[in-house]
Amino acid sequence: MPEQNVPCLEVRGLTGFYGETQALHGIDFVVQPGEAVCLLGRNGAGKTTTLRAVVGLLAKRRGHIAIDGRPTQGMAPEDIARLGVAYCPEERGIFASLDVEENLLLPPVLMPGGMTLEEIYTLFPNLKLRRKSPGTRLSGGEQQMLAIARILRTGAKLLLLDEPTEGLAPVIIEKIGEAIGILRQRGFTILMVEQNFRFASGVGDRFYVIEEGRVAEHFDRQTLATDHARIEALLGV
Amino acid sequence: MPDTLFGFPLAAIAGQVLVGMINGSLYALMSLGLAIIFGLLRVVNFAHGAQYMLGAFVAWGLLEYLGLNYWWALVLAPLVVGLSGVALERTLLRRLYHIDHVYALLLTFGFALILEGLFRYKFGATGQPYPNPIAGGLDTPMAFFPWYRLWVIAASMGMCILTWFVIERTKLGSYLRAATENPNLVRTFGVRVPRMLMLTYGLGVALAGFSGVMAAPIYQVNPLMGSQLIIVVFAVVVIGGMGSIVGAIVAGFGLGVLEGITKLVYPDGAGMVVFVVMLIVLAVRPQGLFGSLR
Amino acid sequence: MTLAAPSFFERHRTALLTAGALALLAAPFVAYPIFLMKLMCFALLAASLNLMVGYVGLLSFGHAMFFGSAGYATAHAVKVWGFDPALGVLFGAAVAAAIGATTGVLAIRRAGIAFSMITLACAQLVYFIALRSPFTGGEDGIQNVPRGKLLGLLSLQDNLTLYYVVMVAVVAAFWLIWRVVHSPFGQVLTAIRDNEPRAISLGYRVNRYKLLAFTLSAALAGLAGGMKSIVFQIATLTDVSWVTSGEALLMGIVGGLQTMLGPVVGAMVVVTMANQLSAFAEAVMIVQGTVFVLVVMLFRRGIVGEINAFLARRARLGQTPEAAAVPPRTPRAGAVHD
Repeated sequence: MPEQNVPCLEVRGLTGFYGETQALHGIDFVVQPGEAVCLLGRNGAGKTTTLRAVVGLLAKRRGHIAIDGRPTQGMAPEDIARLGVAYCPEERGIFASLDVEENLLLPPVLMPGGMTLEEIYTLFPNLKLRRKSPGTRLSGGEQQMLAIARILRTGAKLLLLDEPTEGLAPVIIEKIGEAIGILRQRGFTILMVEQNFRFASGVGDRFYVIEEGRVAEHFDRQTLATDHARIEALLGV
Repeated sequence: MPDTLFGFPLAAIAGQVLVGMINGSLYALMSLGLAIIFGLLRVVNFAHGAQYMLGAFVAWGLLEYLGLNYWWALVLAPLVVGLSGVALERTLLRRLYHIDHVYALLLTFGFALILEGLFRYKFGATGQPYPNPIAGGLDTPMAFFPWYRLWVIAASMGMCILTWFVIERTKLGSYLRAATENPNLVRTFGVRVPRMLMLTYGLGVALAGFSGVMAAPIYQVNPLMGSQLIIVVFAVVVIGGMGSIVGAIVAGFGLGVLEGITKLVYPDGAGMVVFVVMLIVLAVRPQGLFGSLR
Repeated sequence: MTLAAPSFFERHRTALLTAGALALLAAPFVAYPIFLMKLMCFALLAASLNLMVGYVGLLSFGHAMFFGSAGYATAHAVKVWGFDPALGVLFGAAVAAAIGATTGVLAIRRAGIAFSMITLACAQLVYFIALRSPFTGGEDGIQNVPRGKLLGLLSLQDNLTLYYVVMVAVVAAFWLIWRVVHSPFGQVLTAIRDNEPRAISLGYRVNRYKLLAFTLSAALAGLAGGMKSIVFQIATLTDVSWVTSGEALLMGIVGGLQTMLGPVVGAMVVVTMANQLSAFAEAVMIVQGTVFVLVVMLFRRGIVGEINAFLARRARLGQTPEAAAVPPRTPRAGAVHD
């Protein structure tokens, strides 16, 4: 059992702004080491904004964010990365001017414990096949796998995944689910934003429902099993 | 061997091609610096001409006050100019990235005015001579090719190829290219993008300083040399494609040679030919020869 | 640019306009008419540039090509062809508009910075042509341009008379700009500046609008250039050089890019400064450069812009009783700080 002393990620009273508009009105949640936590909710609820705040890309924010106990107020994204966080954004961010292997090798190794290139290719064999293709020539599913694979080398243990299954075919979604499962076995901690509740419920340990910049609900797998109908209604599934 | 080609004496053609290649070398190096800065920072460095002039003056100053010759200057002047660029980026330029990039451009323009004004104040509009570091030349039946001119062409090509290699084929270059596309994401990978921007500006500016040193023995070192060159260089950049490394190099050398030939064939048009070519390229391919429509 | 409450200038519009008119009428008795006319011509040049930069959102680096070529055209028409001065100036403006339309067609296809670079290079081409053309007189320029008789009746030899003529013309031009900015056409331009993809999706032929605005801006710059030729009786290379383009830009940002009064204030500052320092050409460059840097780093909104912002802040904080007494006007799309 992983130690429960210091949460991998702790967020308390997080408020965030885009210019003058307030997007987050007080978000609270924790992620324990080794867990997979899902942020659920409708479009525009503030899920992506929350992730961005964690990695340091939200310019105007207040509240407490701590990674492995280290508060990150005022830290630049490149310094937060060195605390062991890696980010896979919703738009995937595959670099068009680099090929697959260059994309994979781009993020620097910041600390020991990351996966090697060979290990990544074992996990995602079709990336190996396409290693020299330009980044943007891949299919949606392959791009998503590349975006996830990319951040596995750095040594970061906390992975932030924003909508990893968006727009993908069921077969690919299954593959991604398998990959995440393997990553969890290897000890990665996962914080995921997902709109696909079916997928999330198969992968996550605990769930937070974000609504209008606040945490509206919080439940775990057991509650999910017993309270299935109510939760599905809540999420409009 | 005939001594005329299309009615022009071979010697004259060779001479003009040589001059064209020299100018082309400067155009290429300067455009390269601008392309690198624009590519990553999205800033049009209007100070580029003034920084070129600064490089030439540093070379002159090193000789005049410290007795350090050309070969020292070739290393030290780009360093000095590059550092001045780093300082400018660190203190002023980076505060302007979050707003319309026009302001960054205007800042560099203002800086250019200050720099040129200061040097004009100290040295007037007349030039200071700078000695030729490599005397003599290659005597061929066709023409006499001064060693220094050949050196300039070779060194420029070498520098262009080296820069291209670093950007297109090395890890550092791939960081630069990725940061151009998505700087925020690259930061989340742990790459210190702000530092990279600072050093990139410094590098681009150092290239201008390097060009200045190379130009010093050929053209007089005078405060106006930058502003005279920079407008032609902007046209070269537009022709090559803004932000394109290959475009800068190809357009630079190509237009230099074209200008040289034009001087032979239609002397009055030589000053204009680059701009005329620019108009044609814009009409046919608005993003420039190697540019991308963004 | 929408306002919650009318700006200081809008609320006191009548008073300010009256004061302005009186000042203009009385000015030549306080300062040299030639200096004032120079001020007005450059204010118009700066205003024409402002139209592009502030309201359309396109930075033109080559406005000197319109200003200067009109200067040459007018000088030539009046001196060599014996045109009436009014006709000569209009001819200059027409020439500038033609150049504007031609360069516009090439430049407008590209957005943002590429547009600016293209205008710069086109301006340089015009400079070279001016340098080489026989009719421009090269380095000497066209000299001894006659003042002539306006409409064959009014001799413009006297500086005071000429002042009032130029004043009328410049005020009319500014009025035209004001009308354009506040017209439906102007509102479309602002919409394009603020959100071009949206304007396109609404069905507007965006490039047509931009081209029209650019041509108009060129014509106005030409008007200023033509008048300047008559006033100073000379047309020179400096008027087509990038130095003049840079000065026009400086006037625009010093005064305030998205304001109507900005160009006037900017012109006053820059022309006065240049005049005071005319003995030291290099000092002018250094000072201008420093002003550029200071304005860009610290006073981005320019003098008029900062005043507007300051007054608006005060009004919002309810410290002025007028803000409470006057009901806020519903802002139109593209409403502009006056």
